[in-house]
Amino acid sequence: MQQAVNGLFLGSIYALFALGYTLVFGVLDILNLAHAAVFMLASFGALTLVGRGLHILAAFPLAVLLAGVLGLVLERIAFRPLRGRTDSNISGLISSLAMATVFVALALQIWGPNVTRFPFATLPSGRPISFLGAGISRLQLTTMGVALLFFLALWWLVTRTRLGREIRAVAESPRAARILGVNVDRVIAASFFISSALGGAAGVLFGLAYDVEADMGRSVELKGLAVIILGGMGSMPGAVLAGLTLGLTEAFVVARFGASYRDAISFAGLFLILVLRPRGLLGQAALREA
Amino acid sequence: MWEWLGDLYGTYESTLAYIGLNSLLALSVYATLSCGQLALGNAGFMAIGAYAATLLTKSAGLPFPFALAASLVLPALVAVPLGLPVLRLKGVFLAIATIGFGEVVRLGIVNWDFVNGAQGIVAIPQKTALWMIFLALAAVLFAFGRLRGSKWGFALEAIREDEPAARTMGIPTTSYKLAMLVLGAAIAGLAGALEAHYTFMVAPNGFSFSRVVDMLVFAVVGGTIFYWGPILGAAFLTLLPEILREVAPLVGIEPGPLRLMVNGLVLLAVILFLPNGLASLPARLRERRAARRALAA
Amino acid sequence: MSALLEVERLERTFGGVRAVDGASFAVRKGEIHGLMGPNGAGKTTVINTVSGLLAPTGGQIRLDGRAIQGLRPHVIAGLGVARTFQNIRLFADLSARDNVLVGEHLVRKASLGARLLMLPAAAEEERRAKERALALLERIGLAERARERARNLSYGEQRRVEIARALASEPRLLLLDEPTAGMNPVEVKAVAALIRKVASEGHSVLLIEHNVKLVMDVCDRITVLDFGKVICEGEPAAVAKDPAVIAAYLGAQA
Repeated sequence: MQQAVNGLFLGSIYALFALGYTLVFGVLDILNLAHAAVFMLASFGALTLVGRGLHILAAFPLAVLLAGVLGLVLERIAFRPLRGRTDSNISGLISSLAMATVFVALALQIWGPNVTRFPFATLPSGRPISFLGAGISRLQLTTMGVALLFFLALWWLVTRTRLGREIRAVAESPRAARILGVNVDRVIAASFFISSALGGAAGVLFGLAYDVEADMGRSVELKGLAVIILGGMGSMPGAVLAGLTLGLTEAFVVARFGASYRDAISFAGLFLILVLRPRGLLGQAALREA
Repeated sequence: MWEWLGDLYGTYESTLAYIGLNSLLALSVYATLSCGQLALGNAGFMAIGAYAATLLTKSAGLPFPFALAASLVLPALVAVPLGLPVLRLKGVFLAIATIGFGEVVRLGIVNWDFVNGAQGIVAIPQKTALWMIFLALAAVLFAFGRLRGSKWGFALEAIREDEPAARTMGIPTTSYKLAMLVLGAAIAGLAGALEAHYTFMVAPNGFSFSRVVDMLVFAVVGGTIFYWGPILGAAFLTLLPEILREVAPLVGIEPGPLRLMVNGLVLLAVILFLPNGLASLPARLRERRAARRALAA
Repeated sequence: MSALLEVERLERTFGGVRAVDGASFAVRKGEIHGLMGPNGAGKTTVINTVSGLLAPTGGQIRLDGRAIQGLRPHVIAGLGVARTFQNIRLFADLSARDNVLVGEHLVRKASLGARLLMLPAAAEEERRAKERALALLERIGLAERARERARNLSYGEQRRVEIARALASEPRLLLLDEPTAGMNPVEVKAVAALIRKVASEGHSVLLIEHNVKLVMDVCDRITVLDFGKVICEGEPAAVAKDPAVIAAYLGAQA
């Protein structure tokens, strides 16, 4: 049961991160490899703000906002100019890679290569809460709670608001959406903002639980890929489901076989899924209209 | 005069060696790019070649040529069962699957005590000479050069442009894509073995995702229209940090972040403004000049 | 009269839609066989299944007596089938000549060993291949545009290059999917003449066309599809008068 809690905690972070990934993929059919760099920058952002004396409750939303803005920058510089091109999937991949490199370089320059942690008292500590025989730390509870809030907010946005409808329309067919009067450029920018905000939130939560360093995006990035493939590219519920599943699986594997196999799980799984059922759990076969 | 050249060589020998090695690595990624496949598992193939060769020379005491041969053959053999299922995937899915393969190889090494896991192997006999690297490079270039203009070269270009149409012309696209994957794997493996015996160490963190990203960047920046494009990219991006290292203190930025920043900016500039890489620069300039002349006329 | 291509109760379903619903017809050797029908009748789907890009969900396709349904496209091409596409699929960045060269893939007898060893035989083979490509371009009247990149050719020129590329593999059966769409009358006449010449040289042709006059002029026999079913098969004059055919086309226009 303890493992289940640990798994859900870790899985919430994965799910949050993967949601951002899959949102952009659903809308643009492009993999945004700078997502992990935004994840990292948001964490550093929150760390710096907290270091300046800001309470985490204020630093968190600011960091998330920063992440969203970075997403807008990304979209404008690295993705929009490539919109018409035939090889836009690969070139989008590469330009996002380029931006990721720039972001990491910035982080290294500003904060150096060392590993840092959030100050000890950032989150109010206390005894772990007992639940069904397992102990949930306040951190874990907060993380899962925040993640849940984001999931619900996103679900409400996508299903109940006009922007959400427009996003779904563009994901289905940008051309049709444009004909129907949707401002496709604005929708894409908004999607990037939301996607990066989600990634940033995941980053701060991750940083609170573990360490903050310039390289922290690396392993999460690849796991995020595994999650969106497992959940189905472009499927948001799939990303959440798969993220939680991966978290749970990792927790149980680590408990049983030891920490060194934790990463291998996601990649072996990724591999099998791609070969056996590329659609993932909930995705649709990706045939998009231009 | 000769002394000066000798000194120059001594200082820059490792840069030259890395230009050669990086060119080989860039070409290993180019092999699959040339038929339109974004296969990013080459760090894994490189690792297999490097470790296999190392075990053969260090532990088994076999002669170097033997180890090099193994570094060609072993990754090639692994590429076949990998390629058959994975080459059915398109675009970004293939990229992700091959990235996954690379990571699985790396993690396998990290968890394998026989090869010292994450710490890697040191004190590998230094057997690689510069001429070996450039001989290998020349051989690979020759092979690609001969492919171009041949029926297979045209077939590869056709697959890259429009795979289904290519199939209706009798081109067995899966076999050709597999062949290029195997070729790329062999080249990467050889480069891995050469590098291991040049730097006399080998460790799994040298075969991570960022390694294969570097290879991709060399190929893209150089340009993948011509087979010699990736070499341009590799040379340019290997020389750049050397130059930057001199410049960094003047600008007040640490050399590490500066190199990374410039890499990122160069890549961005290329993908946005010169999508076919540096190799396409002369043609672009010619077109620009011709267009200007046409307007003036 | 021997049939080169026999399509027997061909079926192809997409999700719930029966694009081809039990169609049967045959193309005789040396014949120019037209395939007509209103939009959405299933003509391109038929060609896609014959060329192997799609596998039929039912029925049989026989080439010279041998079953080819479900075989992979390159295998079918190897048996002597070549095609053009409804929305031109030339290799845009290759020159006209190089496009045709790709088409020659099946007939080039190059040896990889000779190529790598730079033996004179390889250079000779390459030269002959280029000559063949140029000759094909001459046949369609585009020899002067040989070096031009395909994307820079006019629409009509591109369609003709696509036909040349299909001919390059010396196919027994040529599948042409709306080769004159978007062409002016002069170009249409040129293509008609080309098709007739090609058939007289021994190739059999299955021609999808909306240009009724062209089809009537050039085809020996015609099969008409509607909603995936064959509603008429026979000589042009008879088909033109067939009430089911008239109803299908008028119905489509209504």
